[in-house]
Amino acid sequence: MKVIEITDYCKRYDGVAAVEGVTLKVEYGELFGLIGPDGAGKTTLLRAICTLLTPDEGKILVMGKDVTQSIMDIRSLVGYMPQRFSLYQDLSVEQNLRFFADLFGVTEGKRERRLLQLFEFSRLAPFKKRKAGELSGGMKQKLSLSCALIHTPEILVLDEPTYGVDPISRQEFWEILRSIQKEKTTILVSTAYMDEADLCDRVALMHQGKITMVGTPEKIKASFHYHLYRLEGKDVRFLRDFFQKLPSVRSTQLFGDTVHVSFCKKPALSDWKNWQRDSRGNLKRWASQPPSMEDVFMESTEKER
Amino acid sequence: MSLSKDRISAIARKEFFHIIYDFRTLFIIFLMPVVQLIIFGYALNLEIQRVDMAVVDLARSTQSRKLVGQFSGSKFFRPFFYQGRLDDLEDLFKSREAKVAMVIPFDFERKLQNETSVQVQFLVDASDANAAILIRNYCNQVIMDYNENRGVKLPLPFDLRSTILFNPELKSSHFFVPGVIAMILIMISALLTSITISREKETGTMEQILVSPVRPLEIISGKVIPYIVLAFLDAAVILLVGLVVFKVPFKGSLFLLTGLTVLYILTALSLGLLISTQARTQQVAMMMALLITLLPTVMLSGLVFPIASMPKLLQYLTYLIPARYFLLIVRGIMLKGSVFSQLLGPCFFLALLTLILLGVSVKRFNMNLER
Repeated sequence: MKVIEITDYCKRYDGVAAVEGVTLKVEYGELFGLIGPDGAGKTTLLRAICTLLTPDEGKILVMGKDVTQSIMDIRSLVGYMPQRFSLYQDLSVEQNLRFFADLFGVTEGKRERRLLQLFEFSRLAPFKKRKAGELSGGMKQKLSLSCALIHTPEILVLDEPTYGVDPISRQEFWEILRSIQKEKTTILVSTAYMDEADLCDRVALMHQGKITMVGTPEKIKASFHYHLYRLEGKDVRFLRDFFQKLPSVRSTQLFGDTVHVSFCKKPALSDWKNWQRDSRGNLKRWASQPPSMEDVFMESTEKER
Repeated sequence: MSLSKDRISAIARKEFFHIIYDFRTLFIIFLMPVVQLIIFGYALNLEIQRVDMAVVDLARSTQSRKLVGQFSGSKFFRPFFYQGRLDDLEDLFKSREAKVAMVIPFDFERKLQNETSVQVQFLVDASDANAAILIRNYCNQVIMDYNENRGVKLPLPFDLRSTILFNPELKSSHFFVPGVIAMILIMISALLTSITISREKETGTMEQILVSPVRPLEIISGKVIPYIVLAFLDAAVILLVGLVVFKVPFKGSLFLLTGLTVLYILTALSLGLLISTQARTQQVAMMMALLITLLPTVMLSGLVFPIASMPKLLQYLTYLIPARYFLLIVRGIMLKGSVFSQLLGPCFFLALLTLILLGVSVKRFNMNLER
């Protein structure tokens, strides 16, 4: 049985489609990433899975149950962590956790054991008397996650959990997700950070309300048909503009102080020599580059145009 | 579908923490009613005392001085002699030096001795019509007393004597203190509930609550319970201040008033719930709550203006104002000592309003994030 099964889901706001005909399956026990920029429709899709939005068209089944029918059953099965920090800032860490434990009907014996577990992985125990509003960004995320996990849900849905969190806390957060996955929890996580896609078992790339690609990160990257090179030089902007005009170039992309250029066919050494001359010495170095998720994503949105 | 007591108490407990952690709001909740009561009790005074009265005594006789003495003897008038021209009397009114003027004619004493009727002229400033009527009545009263003192038998077909019941001194505060209880209770209750729910929508915590298997009625009950207690304490504070500071009498049963106050608080809380199902932000909720409770309660509940003297259309509108019923209840119990069987009507209407408001809000309460 598929844990989550979405068929042709559509959702419109005032006639504008937020999600348009999405079909997606999430398997039992996997860590599934929904990757896309802001406004791609990730939040809408996740809220719909959590029974917070009804579909305009299509169907969503969670553990075989329809999100418009078995609302209360699904809500007991799913742990949801919204994008925005949505806990009570004036209540302490412990008060927040206990409140959600009561709300989900966690029995007393189970609750104390669960609290210990959650404090252990989140390392929030020393801060349990602190008000949630006074926690750091990373600790807030971990508290949010703990509240979503308090009832030991079978499915964990996280909406951009690492948004605005420092790199070290992000890394720690993903390690925690991995350990939760080991406890046979299916995880669906959305993110706008392309590098986090590599940490998922499978990902779906989402753009303008549609899924453009689904698969393992390796498979998706392997689907990149072009020849990608990383170029270095004096003036990267000039380099980008220069290569953009060449007929054999598929796309160009600024990456810090380098330029990523994808070619439709592999350039010969003589080509590089010519370009070096034509760019008036701006091109210093070039090297073949394995495509990153971001390259693939940019490429997939190119096709849309 | 069964309601979970644990979930309701979890929400109630959490709401209670919010309340006690927010000292400032708590302070306002208890201070505001007292301040309002004192303002209403002292400032909204419809009694008239110490009215400045210009006296033009053309007779300058013993009898005329006696008449003036009769006026200065009452606590309502402060007579002073006016020496200027009769034609300039109007200026006294314009400069607000006098509200009433009395002109005693030259032949006052002579006519009195001849036992013929004599006319004394009164000029009353009616720019405030209500005050003018009161002043005229007070003048009549003083003249009647004066005639009685002289032993004059008036050729009256019958003698009119009224006894004022329940508030013999006609003190406005006795009338207003119960009214202010009604007004403040509905305002605070509706305001607090509407804000507490819209705050959860605004800060996004509603999203987190809604993904749990909680039912609308559980959220609503849990949220309302702490505010019933809070509003009830508020009512007790107002009542205490009314009894101690304004010496408002309490004739009826405290037990009955307690019970019916809870009913009224429920009505007000339901109104707040209904507002919160509409308002998305705390700001909007606050504006709506104040708009819906404050003005209609002051204007249409009978708090200040008697309902019977309103145009028919407005009179029908007053049936929708919860304070209208509670005013009958609280004034009845406090001033007249009414018992439950005498208050069945207003109780029935209050209960009906509560059921309707509560039913609509539970129905309208969004269990997802759809608009």
